[in-house]
Amino acid sequence: MSLVISQLCKCYSTHNGSIEALHNINLHVDPGEFICVVGASGSGKSTLLRLIAGLETPTSGKLHLNGREIVGPGADRGMVFQSYTLYPWMTLQKNVEFGLKLQGISPKDRRDRASYYLEIVGLTQFSRAYPKELSGGMKQRVAIARALATQPAVLLMDEPFGALDVQTREMMQEFLLDVWRRTNCTILTITHDVREAVFLAQRVYVLSSHPGTIDHEFQIDLPRDRTVLIERDAQFQTYVAAIQDRLRGLSKLTETWPLLHESTTQVNLRH
Amino acid sequence: MTPTPPASSSPLPTLDRDRPFWRLAEDIPLALTWKLMAISTFTPLLLWWLLSASNWISDKFLPSPIDVVQALITLWDRGLLLQDTQASIVRVTLGFLLAAIVATPIGILMGAFASIRALLEPAIGILRYMPAPAFVPLLIIYLGIDEAPKIALIFIGTVFFNTLMIMDAGKFVPKALIETAYTLGGSRWQILSQVIWPYIIPNVLDIFRVNMAASWNLVVVAELIAASEGLGKRIELARKFLNTDEIFACLIVLGLIGFVIDLSFRILIRKTCAWSLE
Ligand SMILES: Nc1ncnc2c1ncn2[C@@H]1O[C@H](COP(=O)(O)OP(=O)(O)OP(=O)(O)O)[C@@H](O)[C@H]1O
Ligand SMILES: [Mg+2]
Repeated sequence: MSLVISQLCKCYSTHNGSIEALHNINLHVDPGEFICVVGASGSGKSTLLRLIAGLETPTSGKLHLNGREIVGPGADRGMVFQSYTLYPWMTLQKNVEFGLKLQGISPKDRRDRASYYLEIVGLTQFSRAYPKELSGGMKQRVAIARALATQPAVLLMDEPFGALDVQTREMMQEFLLDVWRRTNCTILTITHDVREAVFLAQRVYVLSSHPGTIDHEFQIDLPRDRTVLIERDAQFQTYVAAIQDRLRGLSKLTETWPLLHESTTQVNLRH
Repeated sequence: MTPTPPASSSPLPTLDRDRPFWRLAEDIPLALTWKLMAISTFTPLLLWWLLSASNWISDKFLPSPIDVVQALITLWDRGLLLQDTQASIVRVTLGFLLAAIVATPIGILMGAFASIRALLEPAIGILRYMPAPAFVPLLIIYLGIDEAPKIALIFIGTVFFNTLMIMDAGKFVPKALIETAYTLGGSRWQILSQVIWPYIIPNVLDIFRVNMAASWNLVVVAELIAASEGLGKRIELARKFLNTDEIFACLIVLGLIGFVIDLSFRILIRKTCAWSLE
């Protein structure tokens, strides 16, 4: 048992009242697992991840990591944001070392460990480059290396490939699976892309909207060694169709509540 | 009926290849840059020379460029130019350094913590609208007429602007960079010193570059009142004897020093903060 979330609720108070972003979330992530949470835009995915990262505090409910309650951010939960968050004044090497530096690890050790993770993400020859010299996909690879370098108990990713084009995305998905297999890390990724979720994960949680609740949990029984070719597999397509139906059903449901729809202007369920 | 394209046969707008002068938001050829910069330097000089040569205006009011060069040489030979320039530079440096040392940490804290901002912003907001020269009488009463009131004047005149501008720079550090550092295990102090501070260094240097100009204004103000040496003092003395050529000479020296300081800051930013430039 690694990450356990029970009866988690999160409300935001805004100028027109309080909105419930997450309602009664129960989920768990075991060591070595690769888990995806899919949901429509505005269903509270980022909120969930930020709560796990300790960047927000829950309104009620509990989050535990390895038996200890999560009360704030910490290096045991690595985070990769959707926006690029490399430090522009540091070389790639220094970026990957940064978490280790913050923890007071000796310069030599952190150099070695950063080099190892740069190697894993295939960017060793760019170690002296600065972030502005990189493409978006490369930046996210560095961000993943940086988050992994502190060897977190769980790696959290908020639509890490959302800003990338389709081809780069596919490459990055294969790359991520490869990193996961090689480092035996635990990953919790958030996405609105159902194919991505089925391709990556061993289990998929479907998040409904307004308020965000776990609607369903899918066990994905596909081999660990997946390539893009698996998308042609009938089993794969069945999973995708099932999850999509689930999401569609959920959006139909909310569209019959016009009042709710008007009051939450940021919602866009027709994606 | 199919829609027809507009009948006009005028060519499509080009990218102004033949008219580089009016290129919108784009670089112009280097040769043109130099040419235009030369024009902007030499035209005023030429006008000045023509005006003074025309005898419309008496030499006492508008000395010729040659008179001014001669005045400059005389001032140099008498050792006054070096002594005055040094005196002014020392005052500006001390006053501004003090202001920078005080403003930087306070500005960063105000940028990073809304609480400290709420605590200090109203007071500083009012103080900065009090014109620094209006403090001169008080400073003379408190600190006498030596170096202290002059340095204090420069300090007062720049510290508040520096603080508020650094605060603004600090407010715009992307939140994601700070949150990333938290998820990497950073403490508040580490984030202040290792994320916020390095991120705003180029802004801080640029703020210093801009506010340095104010400290040059103030040193002259300070020296006009009470001083034994300094470029402002020299101008004041020259006025008493109607030596307009000396006044012009000192003005030119002041302009050149300001220009060199500005340029030095630009070079410093380019050398140390290459990451922040396009
Ligand atoms: N800081 C906040 N203050 C007020 N409301 C918020 C805040 N953050 C999120 N919300 C609301 O909570 C709900 C969930 O937002 P969240 O960003 O978690 O959604 P998401 O699933 O990540 O969406 P997307 O796919 O667009 O990123 C939204 O209705 C949003 O308006
Ligand atoms: Mg989101």
